Amino acid sequence: MSLIASNLCLKPDTEYHLNDVCFEMSKGEIYTIIGRTLAGKTTLLKTIAGLIAPESGSLTLDGRDFGRIPVWKREVAMVYQQFINYPHLSVYENVAFPLKQRRMPKTEIRNRVMRALSQVGLDGFENRKIQALSGGQQQRVALARSLVKEANIVLLDEPLVNLDYKLREQLREEFRNIFSAKASENSILIYSSTDPVEAMQLGGQILVMDEGRILQQASAKEVYENPNSTKVSQITNDPAMNLFEGTVADGKVILSSEIHFDLPEHCQALPQGSYIFGLRAAAISLADGGFPFTVELSEISGSETFLHLKHENVQVVGLLDSVQNFNIGETVSAQFDTTHLYAFATDGRLKSSPYGGLK
Amino acid sequence: MGYFYTTLKYLAVTLWSVFVIAPFLWAISTSFKDFQSVTNGATYIPWVDFEPTLEGWRALWKSPAQGGVAIVEPFFNSVFVTAAGSAISILLGTLAAYALSRFTFKAGPIRNGDITFFFISQRIMPPVVLAIPFFIMLGKFSLLDTLVGLILVYIVLLMPIAVWIMVDFFNKVPREIDETALIDGCNPYQAFYKVVLPNSIPGIVVAGMFCMIFGWTDFFFSFILTFTEVQLLPVAIVALNSSITPWWSLSAAALVSVAPLVVVAFIVERFLSKGNLSGALK
Repeated sequence: MSLIASNLCLKPDTEYHLNDVCFEMSKGEIYTIIGRTLAGKTTLLKTIAGLIAPESGSLTLDGRDFGRIPVWKREVAMVYQQFINYPHLSVYENVAFPLKQRRMPKTEIRNRVMRALSQVGLDGFENRKIQALSGGQQQRVALARSLVKEANIVLLDEPLVNLDYKLREQLREEFRNIFSAKASENSILIYSSTDPVEAMQLGGQILVMDEGRILQQASAKEVYENPNSTKVSQITNDPAMNLFEGTVADGKVILSSEIHFDLPEHCQALPQGSYIFGLRAAAISLADGGFPFTVELSEISGSETFLHLKHENVQVVGLLDSVQNFNIGETVSAQFDTTHLYAFATDGRLKSSPYGGLK
Repeated sequence: MGYFYTTLKYLAVTLWSVFVIAPFLWAISTSFKDFQSVTNGATYIPWVDFEPTLEGWRALWKSPAQGGVAIVEPFFNSVFVTAAGSAISILLGTLAAYALSRFTFKAGPIRNGDITFFFISQRIMPPVVLAIPFFIMLGKFSLLDTLVGLILVYIVLLMPIAVWIMVDFFNKVPREIDETALIDGCNPYQAFYKVVLPNSIPGIVVAGMFCMIFGWTDFFFSFILTFTEVQLLPVAIVALNSSITPWWSLSAAALVSVAPLVVVAFIVERFLSKGNLSGALK
């Protein structure tokens, strides 16, 4: 089974919601659409579900024109970022709803519903009212309803985004196991997220979206190692990859009058000229003999510290793997791990990567 | 300072309660009086100031020939016209509101908001503006002084209220609920009556209540558009006010006219506290 989108376009007003979107998705795979808010992720998912009709382009499932099938006849299931359930129905009735629509035998419905509730850890909640559940439990009900259909395509639109941090971490782990099992049942699982960590954790294939356009489609590993543009490097890293303009001259990378270093080995093939260089926050550390930077902001996040540094026109964020306190305006010595240096052309295309470049 | 404001607050609430409840107590007291108790100076407390009698209440069931005031027929006319007018208005108004909330209509410069305003504008106009057109139109169709004519007029008057309340209500019902129903296998009609409608009961009840209040308390149109064949309760009660007003029957009739709204308020209160959309979208 394969879902193929060709040149999907949607421009309801002045901006594209879908801009020449093309992809091919195969059964048994998890696909994560990652992009910032308003990148077009939800629009794409709704287009696949049939809730939005593209202005041009086609969508085919196993060669059949999927676009001509009305929503209620498509074999899709969808979970929204809001916890969408039917408030007038109990948990059992909520999960059973799509099966009742199909007029399945009662015993079959019961078996499937109980199995789905068990999968999402809601055994014993069948008779509860939706209002009596917590946010996480409500989202589990929505997930159970999407699983119970055993649909060909399961769409998950940022399902964890409205949960608190702890619950999100817990459900992310549980969902990953459920999704892996679901994908192995020959479904196409499409998950949208703004969170790069979430996307990388789910693995599978990643589609990076921005302004309605798919910027890169590749495995999670490939997208991480070889982001094909500066935009992708920004979207798929948290914090975003540090980007700074510089030049390559005489075997050196020159970022400013005081910040210059030898061209790393993997960038030796770069011809002289201007580039945009990229370095992940984790590749910047504090050590003697580094470059002088002024601390602009220091943020403690869990057991790590994000350090916002500036030197002339070079601004970077460093990630220290311990909790440290800094004074704003303090001068520190920052070292760049140039073995992880990326080089992009001035138009944003990837030119050199520590992992060998685009495959 | 806190004690002072609490006292002030309770005093204000008490005064307002007295202001609201006093006319009812007065009407209840008067409905159990007879001619003498009403005309022989001010009397308030039954069995102390006057001897209570059910004459005023009995007169409601008697015809004028029997010395009664005959409000039974106007009462049921009012019930029928209000119920039918409200029910049809709610039915049509709910459907119209759902369409205006969920679909985009374009006709030249006209958009959904303009259509909604068109409905509401029917209520913005002073009723007297509509009186002559209604009178002429009902006359042309031989519907003057008929229950059907009044029901049609009430639909025109009540549907804007239903549309107004329901558009606002549907706008607050997340579209994702409809979409989820479609994804779960409902066609658009099934999505409406299996999912959206059951979750809209609080809105429908509120809209119904407003329609019934407006319909039940209308005096102007029922006075203008009926003569001898059909009479509604507000007109019948006002008609009791003559040179020799039977205040005891008039009070009883006034209380009877309030009773259905009190019953409706109790039912509505129960519905409103029961149904809500929490859990649809947390």
